[in-house]
Amino acid sequence: MNNDKLIIGGHEFNSRFILGSGKYSMKLIEAAVKDAGAEIITLAVRRANTKEQESILDYIPDGITLLPNTSGARNAEEAVRIARLARELGCGDFVKIEIMRDSKYLLPDNQETIKATEILANEGFIVMPYMYPDLNIARDLVNAGAASVMPLASPIGSNKGLATKEFIQILIDEIDLPIIVDAGIGRPSQACEAMEMGAAAIMANTALATAGDLPMMASAFKNAIEAGRKAYLAGLGRVLTRGASASDPLTGFLRD
Amino acid sequence: MENQFFVDSEHLSPESLEKKHRLENEPSFRKNHMEYMSGMEIIESDVCKNVMAQMNSYDYSKYTAEDVKAALEHNTCTIDDFKALLSPAAEPFLEQMAERARLETSKHFGNTVYLFTPLYIANYCENYCVYCGFNCYNHIKRMKLSVEQIEKEMKVIADSGMEEILILTGESRGQSNVEYIGEACKLARKYFRMVGLEIYPVNIDEYKFLHECGADYVTVFQETYDADKYEKLHLLGHKRVWPYRFDAQERALRGGMRGVAFSALLGLSDFRKDALASALHVYYLQRKYPHAEMSLSCPRLRPIINNDKINPLDVHEKQLCQVLCAYRIFLPFVGITVSSRESAEFRNGIVKIAATKVSAGVSTGIGDHESKYTGKETEDVQGDEQFEIDDNRSLDKMYKDITDEGLQPVLNDYLYV
Repeated sequence: MNNDKLIIGGHEFNSRFILGSGKYSMKLIEAAVKDAGAEIITLAVRRANTKEQESILDYIPDGITLLPNTSGARNAEEAVRIARLARELGCGDFVKIEIMRDSKYLLPDNQETIKATEILANEGFIVMPYMYPDLNIARDLVNAGAASVMPLASPIGSNKGLATKEFIQILIDEIDLPIIVDAGIGRPSQACEAMEMGAAAIMANTALATAGDLPMMASAFKNAIEAGRKAYLAGLGRVLTRGASASDPLTGFLRD
Repeated sequence: MENQFFVDSEHLSPESLEKKHRLENEPSFRKNHMEYMSGMEIIESDVCKNVMAQMNSYDYSKYTAEDVKAALEHNTCTIDDFKALLSPAAEPFLEQMAERARLETSKHFGNTVYLFTPLYIANYCENYCVYCGFNCYNHIKRMKLSVEQIEKEMKVIADSGMEEILILTGESRGQSNVEYIGEACKLARKYFRMVGLEIYPVNIDEYKFLHECGADYVTVFQETYDADKYEKLHLLGHKRVWPYRFDAQERALRGGMRGVAFSALLGLSDFRKDALASALHVYYLQRKYPHAEMSLSCPRLRPIINNDKINPLDVHEKQLCQVLCAYRIFLPFVGITVSSRESAEFRNGIVKIAATKVSAGVSTGIGDHESKYTGKETEDVQGDEQFEIDDNRSLDKMYKDITDEGLQPVLNDYLYV
C-alpha cells in the first residue's frame, strides 16, 4: 500500500481525498487536512479574489497543493481567463475546470469544458476537468490534454451519492487517466463504493461541511476511502446471485 | 385599513397642487399605465403572460393544512406546492417551513452570508409614486453627487472593508442620465469587486453600455404585480408604465448582465399574490436564461420623510418570514436579500433560515457616508433619505454579529469576466 500513489500530471499524492470548494470555512480546511488527510484543496478563485482579512489563501497549510477552480465561468473563454488569474495569484499550475451554464443545478457544460481543457493544457496547466460522465466526452478530454477526469456522482451539493454509477464505471474501465469522483458524494459508504469500483480519488465538500461533527466525519471519509482503495487493490470476491454454489458440479453426470 | 399616502407640501405652487390633486383624484387625468412611452423598447416575451396567468388564478383560500403538509413532504416543490406554502393555511406550519428552508439554504449556500452596501448617488425623481420619499411632489432636500463626490463616498465605503456595492439613483433620466450612471460604475470598478445597479429601467443597449462600464447585476423592483393597483400608486412619470418595468430584468440579461434581482414591495397590495408573482417571475426567467444568477428581495413599506404613518399593513414579521421560507423552498438556488428596512433581530434570525445577503453600513441619503461612517461633522450639503431604515449596524458590527451566530460573512464571491 505504501507504494500506492495517486499520480496527477506527474505529481504524487498519498491521500485520495480532495476537499471541494463549495462551502468554505477555516474549520473545514483544518478538518480536511488534519482528520481526512487531504493533500489537495480546491479553491474557488472568485472567493480568493478578496481583500477580506480572512483570505482563504492564508489558511492553506504548507505542503498542501492548491487546486484553483473556475467556478463562475459560463463558457470556455471565461474559464481560461479565471485559470490565468489563478496562476497570477500564485496558485500554481493545477486547475480544475468548472463551467456551468445553469444556475439551478450547476451541471457542467461538457462541450465548453473540452475547449477550455485544450487551451489550458497547451499553456502548461495541469488540467482537471469536472464533467458529466460521458465516455465520448472523456475521450475528448484525454485528447485535449487533461491530467485526470472528474465525473459527477450526482448533482453538486445534493449528497445523493452515486446516481451515475454505471457511467462512472465505464470511464474507470475505458479511460487511462485517474478518474476522480466529484460532486454528490454524501456519505463515507458512497465514497468507499466508488473507490471499490476503481475510482482514483474522491472529492467532497458538502458531506463534510454539513456534518454534525466535522472532524469526525472527515476521519470517517479517510477510513472509507482507504478501505475502498484496499478492496479495489485486493480484488473483490465474486458476488453470488442466488443461494450457495453446489459443492458437486451440476454437470457431473456428463460422461463424455 | 389602507395607508394614507397623499401629503400636500406647502412649498408647492397652486398649479402644482392642482395637478397633483387631479392625478390623485381623476383616473382619466392619468396616462394609460399599460402603454409604452416613446423610446421604451418592446421585447417579445411570454414570461409576463405566464406569471400573470398564475397570479390571476391564484385563490389562496382554497389551500388546506393537508396541501401544506404534502408540499413539505415533496422532494421538489411544484408551483402548486409553492401556492400552498404562501397560503394562510401554511401559517401554523411556520416552524416546519423554517426547518425545511434552513436545510435548502445550507445545501446550496452552506453557512455563508454575503454583505453589501447601497450607495445613493442622486435623489431627483420624475415620478409620483405615492409611497416613496423621493416622489417628485415630496418636499425633501434634493441632490446629485458630482463625479468627485461619488469617488469620495466610494473611498469612505471601501475603507470600511466593503467589496460589493449597489449604486442607486432616484428615477430621473434628466438629472441622472445613463452616461452619468456609467461614470459611477467605472469608478466603482476601481474600489469594489462587485457592482450592482438599482436605477430606472432602461433599454437593452443601455444595459449593455452599463455592463461594459463595470456593472454586472441589475435590481428592479416591480413594487406590485397587480397592474390595477400599480396604476393607483404610480400616478406620474415613466415608472407608471407597468409592462416596461416588468421586462427590465429580461432586457438586462439580454444586455449581458450576469444577474438580476426582483421584488414586490410588500404592503402595497395583496402580499400573497405579489409574493407568488415575484417568485414566478424568477422561475420563468430562469427557465429561459438558465445561466443567469437570480435573487429575490422582500422589502416591506416603511415610513418616509413627511409621512411617518406609512406601514406594511397586514405583512407582519410572521408573514414576511412565511414568504421568505416559501421562496427558499420553491427556489433553493436563488439569492435572498434582506435589507436594513428590517430590524437587527429579524435579520439575525432570518439569515439562519433563508436569507443569503444583507446590507450593512447603510445610508439611504445622499453624500452622507463620511459623516455616518466616521462621525466627522461636515459642511457639505446632503440629500434626504428615501425611507427610514431600521437596522443601522456598521460593516464591522454586522461582520462580528454574523460570525457570533456561527455563520460565515463573505465580502466577495465574484469575478468580473
